[in-house]
Amino acid sequence: MSDQQTAISRRNFLKAGALLSGGLLISFTIPQANRLLIQDATTAFAPNAFLRIGADNSITVILSHVEMGQGIWTTLPMILAEELDADWDNIKVMHSGVDKDYNHTVYGIQITGGSSSTWSEFDRYRKAGATARVMLTQAAAKRTGVAIENCTTKNGYVIAGGKKLSYGELATEASTLPVPQNVTLRPPAQWKLIGKGVKRLDASVKTNGQAKFGMDIQFPGMLTAVVAHAPVFGGKVKSFDASGAKAVPGVKEVVEIPTGIAVIADHFWAANQGRKALKIIWDDGAGANLSTKTQVDAYQKLAHTDGLKAAQKGNVDQGLAKAAKLLKAEYVFPYLAHAPMEPLNCTVKISNDKCEIWTGTQLPGIDLAAAARILGMKPEQITMNVVFLGGGFGRRATITSDFVSEAVHIAKASGKFVKMVWTREDDMKGGYYRPMFVHRINTGLDASGMPIAWRHNIVGQSIMAGTPFESKDGVDSTSVEGIADSPYFETVPDHFVGLHTAKEVVPVLWFRSVGHTHTAYVMETMVDELAHTAGQDPVAYRRKLLQKSPRHLAALNLVAQKAEWDKKLPEGRYKGIAVHEAFGSYVAQVAEISIDNGKPRVHKVTCAIDCGLAVNPDGVKAQMESGIIFGLTMALYGELTIEKGQLQQSNFYDYRIARMNESPEIDVYIVDSNEKMGGAGECAVPPTAPAIANAIFAATGKRIYNLPIMNTPLKHIS
Amino acid sequence: MIALKVNDKSYQVDASPDMPLLWVLRDLLGLTGTKFGCGVAQCGACTVHLNGEAIRSCVTKVSRAQGQNIVTIEGLSLNNDHPLQKAWVEFDVPQCGYCQSGQLMSAAVLLRENPNPTNQDIDDAMSGNICRCGTYPRIRQAIHKAAEMQKEGGKS
Repeated sequence: MSDQQTAISRRNFLKAGALLSGGLLISFTIPQANRLLIQDATTAFAPNAFLRIGADNSITVILSHVEMGQGIWTTLPMILAEELDADWDNIKVMHSGVDKDYNHTVYGIQITGGSSSTWSEFDRYRKAGATARVMLTQAAAKRTGVAIENCTTKNGYVIAGGKKLSYGELATEASTLPVPQNVTLRPPAQWKLIGKGVKRLDASVKTNGQAKFGMDIQFPGMLTAVVAHAPVFGGKVKSFDASGAKAVPGVKEVVEIPTGIAVIADHFWAANQGRKALKIIWDDGAGANLSTKTQVDAYQKLAHTDGLKAAQKGNVDQGLAKAAKLLKAEYVFPYLAHAPMEPLNCTVKISNDKCEIWTGTQLPGIDLAAAARILGMKPEQITMNVVFLGGGFGRRATITSDFVSEAVHIAKASGKFVKMVWTREDDMKGGYYRPMFVHRINTGLDASGMPIAWRHNIVGQSIMAGTPFESKDGVDSTSVEGIADSPYFETVPDHFVGLHTAKEVVPVLWFRSVGHTHTAYVMETMVDELAHTAGQDPVAYRRKLLQKSPRHLAALNLVAQKAEWDKKLPEGRYKGIAVHEAFGSYVAQVAEISIDNGKPRVHKVTCAIDCGLAVNPDGVKAQMESGIIFGLTMALYGELTIEKGQLQQSNFYDYRIARMNESPEIDVYIVDSNEKMGGAGECAVPPTAPAIANAIFAATGKRIYNLPIMNTPLKHIS
Repeated sequence: MIALKVNDKSYQVDASPDMPLLWVLRDLLGLTGTKFGCGVAQCGACTVHLNGEAIRSCVTKVSRAQGQNIVTIEGLSLNNDHPLQKAWVEFDVPQCGYCQSGQLMSAAVLLRENPNPTNQDIDDAMSGNICRCGTYPRIRQAIHKAAEMQKEGGKS
């Protein structure tokens, strides 16, 4: 690093203190990860952790959140470029390294999750861009002698009097100026990017094979490792014989690690052939007693009793006693695997007193800390290179750092540079599933058909238990979200929501839209059933119940209008509706189906979302399409089962994913809204399954209480 | 040694004849645009062209490809300007992007064989390629658009 650059860094560090004490969210250090990169000769101006401007006019936006398909690679640069007044064609993007500067503005750790990247970074990235624009303008004023109030910016230039100076040529000068404490942000009326939309910045590299995923990391000396894992959840290696594996050409090493036996070879194929030749005797442990059937039986039994209180109002027993009509229902939801298209993998290079890691992770800081613990290193000895994630859906965010830890153990035990690769089967059987859940409901309607009492008990494993996010009162909010806070209970005077938290050896995890994957299904099919019981139209009935929930109503009304809810469909077509809030966004969907050979076929889904300001409207639409198809897969096919502690599914032939020929036509409408911003990545998933199930009821008169739907043969009413 | 011709370049690889073409391309030749998704011809992420046909390279032994003409995503066009690639960018098709090499290679054969694919044709040709992000509606749009571009451009 040159003296001048060191001086720039130091100056920026000094500025940080002043700014932080001034209460600004923005942080003005040059983080460790970026200090290396500032040596890049083109970087002339690095005013904060999120932006670098090169003398060549390049604008590099550094992402505190990772790209896994949701489009943040484009949306965060949009927000920053809007305030910077940058030339969009010069924008480059990179993931950040690990540094506290990139901690989530609300959650306090470096995480991509909870559909939060856009709303949580909106202010920080706007301020980062605006601050730089002010400094560039000041530099231009200083150089030209034109008063600053007579300087303007346009598309990567400062216009000072008659002179037009590019950001690149002003960058070095701007870097010597003090960082302004308060900057004025552009009013929405002046926005050119926010709310308008641009094309994805990662589309090109994702159409020519150039995009680098963790799976694509290669460097001289790197070997590939695969791991034989216990076939039974919680099982351990008792003994093993590696001689067969070592005889496979290309196999270099076989090592035991805490999670199994790793075979390390010149390339994946040799490693995988070597694994097949391993002889391992496993100690199955208590997990061998687990089977889906006994688990469901036990959960159903528990669901007949009240669990720990998650929500309560009035007296549910008295309420039920007053009811004119009683209804009960029991729902069963299976374990689900995220199954991202890129199976899990992680590359680790340990040399001397340094460790370098390449992986696609939603929790880079947690993973780095796990590696440090395993290696007995300090965090600053470890570099985390986050590459594109070939799908995440929550699976690449484990608090236990399961796959990163495993790769680090292999590198440590073998002394080799290794890329650990999981096969599809490893990925499917490797745990961290959406938990299995059972719900039991007793509800009472008054004479007019409206609910007056509701007892609701939920049984399932806790995702948060054992993590720093574990709740103190024993009620994991992710098990009850969407029910404990259901808007429908606003008008139900007597209700009780209880939770039984089961303990199993199967690791569980957040899965795209988390608790809402099952709670929305229960609430939206149950309310539909109540509407039918009351002899009322499902939309009209929901409108009555949602009078105090204007954002639910806005989404519901927009989708009903766009899908022409009141219009009769052609012969053989049926529709169902659902509305649900998740991650601060309100989504309503109408599914249009037919029944062909006893199976539902989803022809069309109409979707309305109120997410507040839609920063990147086409990105929001893409996430609605994505969530709907994810929800359709979950509704129709999603099911994992366990026998004697072993997962019964292994690949896409027995864990089906919706394909092109099953993909419905999708129409998305965004509510024009100035309400609080919500997320987009997950909220489209929850309403899809209940909208389909409600359409199936319209077609067949049959309510589906157990997912997936394909387990239930269907017949037309006619 | 096995002789391979990939994207108009000749290679000699030291591989066992039963090694799948996918791993030869990725691990021996460094052509990582072709992806590993399932290993059992279920997801299509590994789709490449063998003498112009779309094949699943994860279940194709390298011996079968010996001396044949192989095209991978890296060789689909010279400058990312195949009508499908242009349409993919225009419709913002990719999300995570991991399956898209395979999607494009399947679509390229469809479009060559059938310059005017219907929705049914697209279903038939593309249902072997899984996208967990659910980009199917945009893939469908982009294929229709590429068909138009192909006609206008007079390309066969």
